[in-house]
Amino acid sequence: MKTPDARAKILQLPKLSYRTWKVWRRNLDVFMKTWKVNFFPPLLEPIFYLAVLGTGLGFYIGSSIEGYSYTQFIAPGIVAITIMYSSFFECTYGSFVRMYYQKTFDAIIATPISIEEVIAGEIVWGATRAVIGCGIVLAVVAAFGLISSPLFLLILVVAFFSGLLFSALAMCFTALAPSIDFFNYPQYLFITPMFVLSGTFFPVTKLPETIQIFAQTVLPLTHTVNLTRWLMFGRSEISIFESVLWIAIITPFFFVLAVNLMKRKLIK
Amino acid sequence: MSEVLISAEKLTKKYDDFLAVDNIDFQVFKGECCGFLGPNGAGKTTTIKMIHCVLPLTSGELTVAGMNVSESPREIKKMIGVAPQEENLDPDFSVITNLLVYSRYFDIPGEDASGRAESLLKFAQLEDKRNVQIDQLSTGMKRRLILARALINEPRVLLLDEPTTGLDPQGRHLIWDKIRSLKKQGVTIILTTHYMDEAAELCDRTLIMDNGKIIELGKPAELVKKHVGEDVLEVDYDPDVLKFLQERFPEARLETAGERIRVFTDQPHGVFEDFLKDFPTKGATIRNANLEDVFLKLTGRQLRE
Repeated sequence: MKTPDARAKILQLPKLSYRTWKVWRRNLDVFMKTWKVNFFPPLLEPIFYLAVLGTGLGFYIGSSIEGYSYTQFIAPGIVAITIMYSSFFECTYGSFVRMYYQKTFDAIIATPISIEEVIAGEIVWGATRAVIGCGIVLAVVAAFGLISSPLFLLILVVAFFSGLLFSALAMCFTALAPSIDFFNYPQYLFITPMFVLSGTFFPVTKLPETIQIFAQTVLPLTHTVNLTRWLMFGRSEISIFESVLWIAIITPFFFVLAVNLMKRKLIK
Repeated sequence: MSEVLISAEKLTKKYDDFLAVDNIDFQVFKGECCGFLGPNGAGKTTTIKMIHCVLPLTSGELTVAGMNVSESPREIKKMIGVAPQEENLDPDFSVITNLLVYSRYFDIPGEDASGRAESLLKFAQLEDKRNVQIDQLSTGMKRRLILARALINEPRVLLLDEPTTGLDPQGRHLIWDKIRSLKKQGVTIILTTHYMDEAAELCDRTLIMDNGKIIELGKPAELVKKHVGEDVLEVDYDPDVLKFLQERFPEARLETAGERIRVFTDQPHGVFEDFLKDFPTKGATIRNANLEDVFLKLTGRQLRE
């Protein structure tokens, strides 16, 4: 039963104050407590990908893919996948555990912090996780000598805004999840298709045309990969302007939607 | 009594077609300890959550210190401390960090916060657990830490939702002592509990709720006097005994529930003693009427689940 009133509420702009950062800070404190676990294992993943896929598979692919070596081609893909994973899993499994099992949100909203600020703080934290993850992988990619554009540090900015988008999307799923097992749906129906179809391991332009259109209009990762690749090598498959615009429009929409969906779930 | 601190008028909370709180009026005075009693699902916790501004009202008016809960939630939450029924300490942090992180939510500056956290650790007798993780604490320690956490903002109003559920007698008495000392400091307390001895011990007034309505309100001792009288005779069920008791005490209220007969009288102490001399029944006990008798009389013996 959706009244016009309820529909309007779902896109209501949340009122946020500086208190949003207190929620963010709580998560940062927890993260820093176990920083060794949080920093070192993520270093290994891109090394495996670059070494195994880049050199192994790259051997069979031959000299170039759109003018890149295969290792060069997949490096931005791996960076973008890390951005997606860090933020999406933080705001699905991570937020769900804090909300449902730990009752952390209940404890926080008993203080002057509002539920909108809790959710916004969680989403911004998800984006921060994306930046941290991205930074780690960029360090590895740079160590492999795979970066040729001085603009590459701007990838951290891409990581933040893409991270906001993935976190907001994740938070929408969290708001709709009846239990933690529910996350299998977005993981296999949304994340995995993006993992392979977003220009990560082969160019989007080599896909059948309908899937190309699908990848560019529906899959956020396509744009994250595109921007990352451009900032790394100065070349891109899709217009940079299109990717920036796409993220700039979609992100605020899902951010607002996520806050309101969570508010509806938690405040009855 | 003195100044009204919390006031509810026609307060109502409705979920779809379930009325959790049904058009209630009540006032809580400054400095008192007011008990909210009632069977499960009576609407106690719902009322508490509306007072600390985490549940929106369906209708009616609710003010705390003259401020409307719908208009000034932040200001109200600043002056309230909450010890929820459900344990929600932060398992990602140690005992002391729980207090410090919570103080940050209230904008308490760092130096103040560590001072307060230290004295609250002492208050809750958790000094030697300061660096322990939450999952290593016993139930009693967790309840004490929840109480300490509720005090970090030096609240004027304290909402305690079943603060002693699941505690051993030592743990309960320790919490009781803490509540008494807070009351002495002038903190206004709302306490919900299923333990009638606890309510009788701590509360200046108790308010009994059932099915979302307030069905009785008053000082514990007065409620006992009004509804059950002075003494209660309890004896194992036996048809002959029952018949005899009915003849002997025609004016008293007799209740048979389960395997027990209870006779309530408002006559002065001693009538049952005399009776027992004449009719020595095995296993008969005489006791003072208490708040639990009131509660069961008013809300019935049926289980609410």
